[in-house]
Order: sequence, then structure tokens, then C-alpha cells
Amino acid sequence: MALTKITNITGRGIYLPGDDVDTDRIIPARYLKCVTFDGLGEYAFFDERFDTEGSAKLHPMNEARFGGASILLAGSNFGCGSSREHAPQSLYRYGIRAVLAVSFAEIFFGNSIQLGMPCLTLERQDIEKIAAIIEQNPATPVQIDIAATKITCGGEIFKAGLPEGSRSGLVDGRWDPIAELLENNENVDRVMRALPYMDLRK
Amino acid sequence: MNEQKNLFEKVWDAHDAGRLSSGRTQLIIGTHLIHEVTSPQAFGMLRDLGLAVRCPHRTFATVDHIVPTNEREEPFSDPLADEMIRELRRNCKDYGITFFDLPSGKQGIVHIVGPELGITQPGTTIACGDSHTSTHGAFGAIAFGIGTTQVRDVLAAQSIAMDKLKVRRINVNGRLSPGVYAKDVILHIIRTLGVKGGIGYAYEYGGEVFDRFTMEERMTVCNMSIEGAARCGYVNPDATTFEYLKGRPYCPSGQEWEEAVSRWSSFASDADCSYDDLVEIDAADIAPTVTWGINPGQAVFINENIPDPEKLSAGERETAREAIAHMALTPGAPIIGTPIDVAFIGSCTNGRLSDLQEAAHYLKGRRVAPGVKAIVVPGSQIVSAIAEKQGLDEIYREAGFEWRGAGCSMCLAMNPDKLVGDQLCASTSNRNFKGRQGSPTGRTMLMSPLMVAAAAVTGEICDAREVFGVETAASQ
Repeated sequence: MALTKITNITGRGIYLPGDDVDTDRIIPARYLKCVTFDGLGEYAFFDERFDTEGSAKLHPMNEARFGGASILLAGSNFGCGSSREHAPQSLYRYGIRAVLAVSFAEIFFGNSIQLGMPCLTLERQDIEKIAAIIEQNPATPVQIDIAATKITCGGEIFKAGLPEGSRSGLVDGRWDPIAELLENNENVDRVMRALPYMDLRK
Repeated sequence: MNEQKNLFEKVWDAHDAGRLSSGRTQLIIGTHLIHEVTSPQAFGMLRDLGLAVRCPHRTFATVDHIVPTNEREEPFSDPLADEMIRELRRNCKDYGITFFDLPSGKQGIVHIVGPELGITQPGTTIACGDSHTSTHGAFGAIAFGIGTTQVRDVLAAQSIAMDKLKVRRINVNGRLSPGVYAKDVILHIIRTLGVKGGIGYAYEYGGEVFDRFTMEERMTVCNMSIEGAARCGYVNPDATTFEYLKGRPYCPSGQEWEEAVSRWSSFASDADCSYDDLVEIDAADIAPTVTWGINPGQAVFINENIPDPEKLSAGERETAREAIAHMALTPGAPIIGTPIDVAFIGSCTNGRLSDLQEAAHYLKGRRVAPGVKAIVVPGSQIVSAIAEKQGLDEIYREAGFEWRGAGCSMCLAMNPDKLVGDQLCASTSNRNFKGRQGSPTGRTMLMSPLMVAAAAVTGEICDAREVFGVETAASQ
């Protein structure tokens, strides 16, 4: 399976302040009642964006000036809680192509990388600086150089963090490991045969 | 050199199938648990790619998240729930996977079913598309939640790409006071280390309190490891573990049992192994704990006051302000006396037999306060059957609780059990996130089953030790 090499992402930014944004907030559980991920984009942050009557609340994702943004900026421990892949899937289908945050919850991070939506960490002050730039002028492009783990915005360059395995996976087009996991069948078999509970001896 | 290793390293090494080109490890997943919410898309991907299930005999399914707890016959009133069950049934049939379906008598929350059937075993790797898979670590397994694309990976390749975690040993020594439970221990650990404290770590729980804990208590603690950001948490296997497992349907028997115990024991952390971090907690410092906020780390002891966000550190302040606003609580006021609308006993955290027994013991002869809706949801059909045999259902009904069928229920409200409006729920579940219990404005306070029972009978958050006169409760 040839995957796209994800080396550079450029887009408008949108900042959702706050730490510990959990996956229930990213997509409320009632929208998990589905057998495909199609159509989840419209439910991203649904209860943060709309009140119980369905009226739009004050929220960056409801502001026209941030329309079309594809780079999400957030605080620490973003995506904590549930392992539901519906969370990154809904963001991706909403139009988000990368997330920049102070830190990420691990399952969310892994789910995002595996669907080709890079998650990079930045110092809090840098997140806030970029947020200030896009607040001033939402049209300012946020440029992400995945290979160099570097963000450019408003003429400034910020150093970002991305574990090497994820970085090289994205850059080399190997962010979805399924092909390689399957190729390695012989090794898998050898390891499994040494594990009695796998019940492969017979 | 005689290399001393901890359990995590031993289990990891035994399941390491080599390095992928990304530098990550291809980790064999020995036991794969699946449920209706996070698996259908994975089977869809499998079909799109024309792949088979690598080890159907190591894959076990049940239905828990969306099953109604008050109607057990299909079709359910929610056609989407019906569709999800049918989809899982079809996938299990097509791929030859064992399915503990509703009529099986073994259905229940996946993290309760695995252990009670003996599928969960020491020294194994267990994955499930559910973050509370950490529960199974109680048996000395490396167990963690995965996303749906990884569910596909495990189905197709019986393995995933993963980076090794660091290990933090958490010792809880001393004695817990009467009325203090495993739930209080884990809420206290999360409060102490923070909701992001565990990023990058597996938690190894040990010390005198864990040595004395039953398997069900260990499961309650391991279950909430993820709430402290640790993807997995575990307790080393010991005699308590083996005694629990002996005779369970999926456990070895006879000669094979002896071999299994000896192999399982060998996975326990070596006496002089090293850890990436070590935390010491004194059991005597832990009191019944209640959350006041919108993440499980925002908790206080029952005799403490609700914090004033303005007095918290800069890092905690913003979330605390948001929490106080959502919860409609008064900063600085005692947490005791907060009125509740709903009481919920259940979930993969506290829906096991001992949880239901403990609360029932004290509820005998008491009545739920007027205006409080109280429900108890056994974690599995097996738990339910044993509890009913012991007459617990009658005790709960007489006290004014609704006795329901097994499922996740009001922990995440994917079935009809939901909060309405801004109802406040005293809950034995694991997450107090905004909107978690089904109403965007609903409010959740997490606590032990006994504390929920006490809140149910008084109609407000209270100290269960005083309400029930807990003094001699067999405490650890």
C-alpha cells in the first residue's frame, strides 16, 4: 500500500484554548452509534459549539473568520480519555490536517498518526504566540515542516516535537504500519509459537 | 550478568516480534477483546483490504456500550443500537470469533467478562478498542486501549506498532481506614500525580495495600490508570491472582495449570529490577474521595472544601474555573451537602460482585431519598446471576434502586440511561467529563460504591462512614 508522504502541511490555524480536552468533548458518545466513520465531521466538538437547543454558542469553530482552518492549536493533554478513534476521525473529516498542542494523550496521538494527521508538540508560549498571530490575522498561514519538525507562522519559526518513529513514518509514507506488520509474518509466527497461551502448538 | 527486569519489560520482550522500519516495535497482541462500538469500522477496513482475521481463536467479543439495561429483547427501541449488535454478530460469524452475545448468559462489560471467564491471564498482552482495557493489568498482563485502525491491525496481523513505555512503580503501604476503598486509592493517586502525570508511562502498583487487595479491588485501580494518562497499569501476579483464576473456563487445568502458574509467576518483577520512577503513598493519608470537577484529578477528600480556582496554581486555574462553572458549585464551600439527583452503581470500574455486595450490605433496610433516581447495573450477566442468587437485587429494590441488566449504561450513556438537563449524579464510574453521562449540561461526581449508596439515601454528598456507621468494614 503506497501512502502519501506527509512532509509539509500548510493551512489556516484555529486555536481552542484549555488543557485536558477529552475525547468526549471532541465527539460526544451519542455520535459513536455508527458502523462507519463517514459523516462524523459535523459532530466535531458538537456540544462545545451548540447548546441543547441546537443554537450556535460562542466558539472559535463557529466564527466565520476561522472558517476553513486546517491546523488545530490546543493546550496540554489534548485528546485524553477514551480510545475512540471517532475523535481524530471527526476532526479529520471536519477538515483538520494537523494538531499542534503542548502535549497529547497517547491513544489519541497514536490514532491520529495512524490516519495521517500529524500531532506535534510545542512549548506553551509558542502555541500562545501562534494563537496571537492568527487571532490578529486569521488568514496567516501556519506552515508545518514535518521532516524538520518546524513550524513557520507570521515570519517566526518554532521548534516542534514529534517522536522519531512517527516523524519518519509520516515523511516516508509509512504512517499506517499495516503492510509492514503483515510482511513480517514469519517473525510473528515464531514469537507466537513461543507463547503457550496463544495455543498454536497443536 | 543477571539482568533484573520488571514485569512490563518481561512481557514486552516475550511479545516483541522485531523492529519496524519506523523504529517502533511490532508487539504481538495475544488476546484481543472487541465490542460493538469500536470494531465495525475495523472489520470494514479488513473487508476493503481483503484480509482475514489472523487468530480468531484469540479474539473474543461481547456487546456492552449500547445495550439497553431495561429491555433485553431485540429489536430495541433504538434502531442504531440494533444495527450495531447485528453488525457485530455478523462479523463474529463471518470470521469465526467467539461472541458472548446477549442470550449466552456471559454477556457484559468487556473488562468484566475477560477476567471472570479466565481469558485475562498473567504475562499476556491484551488489547481492546477501549481505554479501560488497563483493567486487565490487575492480573499482571500488559493491557491497553487501542483505536479502531489498530483494532484492524490486531485482527489482521495479531500485532501493532508501538513504542515501549517507561514504568513508574507506585507503592501504597500501610493500612487503609475502614470505609476507604480501592476507588479512593486510585482517585487519590490520580489527584496526586495529575491527569497527565502518566503520559509515556505504565504504572506498576504495589506495596502492602495491593498485596492485601482482592483481584476485584486491583481491577478497580488498574481500570482508572488511563484517567491518570497511563496507558496501562498492572499489579504483579501472586497467590491471590492464581486463586482467582483457578477453575475459570478459559484457564488451563490439571498438569497444565501447574505449568501455567509457574510460567505466570516468572513474569513478576524481579526483586532488584529498576523503574523509571518511584512514588510512595501512605495508605493512612487516604480518605473517601469525591470529584468536584470535570476531570478525575479534580477531587477532594469528603471532609475537604471545594477548591477556589483563584487559589490554585496557574496551571490548574483555568480548568478549575471551567469546572466550577459547569458543576455549579461554590468555591470554598464544603463538598458535603451537595444535593444529588441520580445515583449510579455500575461500570467497568465498580460493577463487580464485591462492589454490589459492599453497597448492598449497608443499604439493607435503608431507603433512597425522595426525588433521587438510583440505578444499579451489574457489570455482566454472570455478576448479575450470582448477585440475584444472593438476594442482592431484592435489597436494592427494597431500598428504592432500579435493578438493571448488564452493560456500560450510565458510565457513558450510549444506551437510554442518561442524565437529563443539569442533573447531578453520584457515580461509581470513571469519568466526570462534561457531558459524559449523556446530557451536555449533566454533572458527574465520582466516588466509591459505598459513597454512592450513602448519597442515594441522604440525597446529598455525605461521608458514608458516618451515614452507615462504618467502623469494622473489612478494610485493607
